[in-house]
Amino acid sequence: MDLKSLTIEKTHESLKKGEFTVADLALACLKEIEKKNKDLNAYLEVFNDVMEQARQSQKMFEDGSATLLTGIPFAIKDNILIEGRRAGAASKILEGYRAVYDATVIKKLKTQGVVFLGRTNMDEFAMGSSTENSAYGVTKNPHDPSRVAGGSSGGSAAAVAMDGAMVALGSDTGGSVRQPAAFCGVVGLKPTYGALSRYGLMAMGSSLDQIGPFTKTVRDAEIIFQAVSEHDPMDSTSVPENIRYDFRQRSRIKDQGSKIIGVPRNFLNHGGIDKETLDNFEKSLIKLESLGYKVVNIDLPLVEYSLPAYYIIMPAESSSNLSRFDGVRYGLQEKGTDLLDTYKKTKGKGFGKEVRRRIMLGTYVLSHGYYDAYYNKAIKLRNQIEKDFGKVFEEVDAIVTPTTPAPAFKIGEKAKDPLAMYLSDIFTVSANIAGVPAISIPAGVNKDGLPLDLHLMAPHFREDVLFEIGKKFEM
Amino acid sequence: MQIKDVEKLAELARIEINDEEKNELLGDLQAILGYVEQVNKASTVNQVNQAIEHVNIMREDKEPHETGIYTDKILAEVPESQDGYVKVKKIL
Repeated sequence: MDLKSLTIEKTHESLKKGEFTVADLALACLKEIEKKNKDLNAYLEVFNDVMEQARQSQKMFEDGSATLLTGIPFAIKDNILIEGRRAGAASKILEGYRAVYDATVIKKLKTQGVVFLGRTNMDEFAMGSSTENSAYGVTKNPHDPSRVAGGSSGGSAAAVAMDGAMVALGSDTGGSVRQPAAFCGVVGLKPTYGALSRYGLMAMGSSLDQIGPFTKTVRDAEIIFQAVSEHDPMDSTSVPENIRYDFRQRSRIKDQGSKIIGVPRNFLNHGGIDKETLDNFEKSLIKLESLGYKVVNIDLPLVEYSLPAYYIIMPAESSSNLSRFDGVRYGLQEKGTDLLDTYKKTKGKGFGKEVRRRIMLGTYVLSHGYYDAYYNKAIKLRNQIEKDFGKVFEEVDAIVTPTTPAPAFKIGEKAKDPLAMYLSDIFTVSANIAGVPAISIPAGVNKDGLPLDLHLMAPHFREDVLFEIGKKFEM
Repeated sequence: MQIKDVEKLAELARIEINDEEKNELLGDLQAILGYVEQVNKASTVNQVNQAIEHVNIMREDKEPHETGIYTDKILAEVPESQDGYVKVKKIL
């Protein structure tokens, strides 16, 4: 069995024909994890019941109830709940916590009989772009262990890149699936806001968060998306089917396939982008043209404000969401002289530096006297950016940029400079601000062998456009 | 922003931080605020009533689940509990 070349469909065929069993496949992944995880630190925990799960999945092949995903080995980010298992968002404040229910996406995958291998490392509470903010050590890049795997879902990206899983789930608030996917040379999808249920995902920026898959091929990402994208009454931001349908009807691409791809040139010409990344991007554009797409320049006049708006909205929402971690309800408790002192001591000790920083930033932008200057402006800007995307999508079927301004950086390189770290999300964050779907696809390597990438965005609920273009591009 | 502002924020956020970190946070927060401040330069932000498109969706306050069916599971994760309640230090 060659894990590198296995796709979900090929695996399914082999499992059906009995060329190998679910247990064989799970064991092959466990072997890779055993070999590589000590150095790379992609997994925080490998579950001890993997072989038992594999046996259960195998039964589905025997009784004919197997689906495309039955037996497929998954890695799950540490902020997505699986009932009865540890879940900690890579934070000390959740030390010892066990999930009391299944996230909706997990529940759906369980009914299809996937095999959960373990939970993956991440920046604490998904706050970071390098997985250096994990309370359990950095995840290293499988292509060069002196470099970061990206973040915040760095463990999930590395798990797939090192053949330690066929699929991984992550969460993407500003690029946390797509950026590590790009750094690790795998496919990463951020679905439309409201496409996948967030029930059972630890909330960070509630108006931005989406769960998304890491896979080796675009087709695999499509399969996962189709398996878990459904309205969920347990998530009030999950979009009902009739509204999804309306969105699709409104977009210019009907059934004749996508034709025109837009490039926001003004955004790319701002400088700060690695030369090789930019050259490679131009090559990707030529490839898209050779595939029959018309590549045109587009103008997104406010898109450069996505990142500053994001660093107002996200901390504001995070500071509210994380207030629940107080030493009373879950995990760690540091006893103080009274209740308030217990809160302070628990948060002071349990939260890492970046989390404390963002909570305080969020508290600041929401405080009396600053609310209008920051939060309200950011929200207005966000609505305008979303409108601008809508306008551009009347002219083009997809928008393309690089995923990241440069390939994976060295461990420690940006750890002391939060702003430099934040800028690695410059291209990904606008998809979260506008709520549109986006995908990162591998697009070759640089001279040092580090993965380079391509980032595609499509109109709301037109993930099919991303898959169509992506599948052609990766061939 | 000054150290006393950082202290005030830490107080509001209920996070205990030491003096060394206060200084570090002051520098970091000033740099980040300096960056995000540019939202005020964007030309469209003066348009009114732009912030009404996304609305909160609330669940109807009815049809609750049966009382107590999740209590044991949830309390099992609480640092301190007693007789089916979450236990905390004296408030008053």
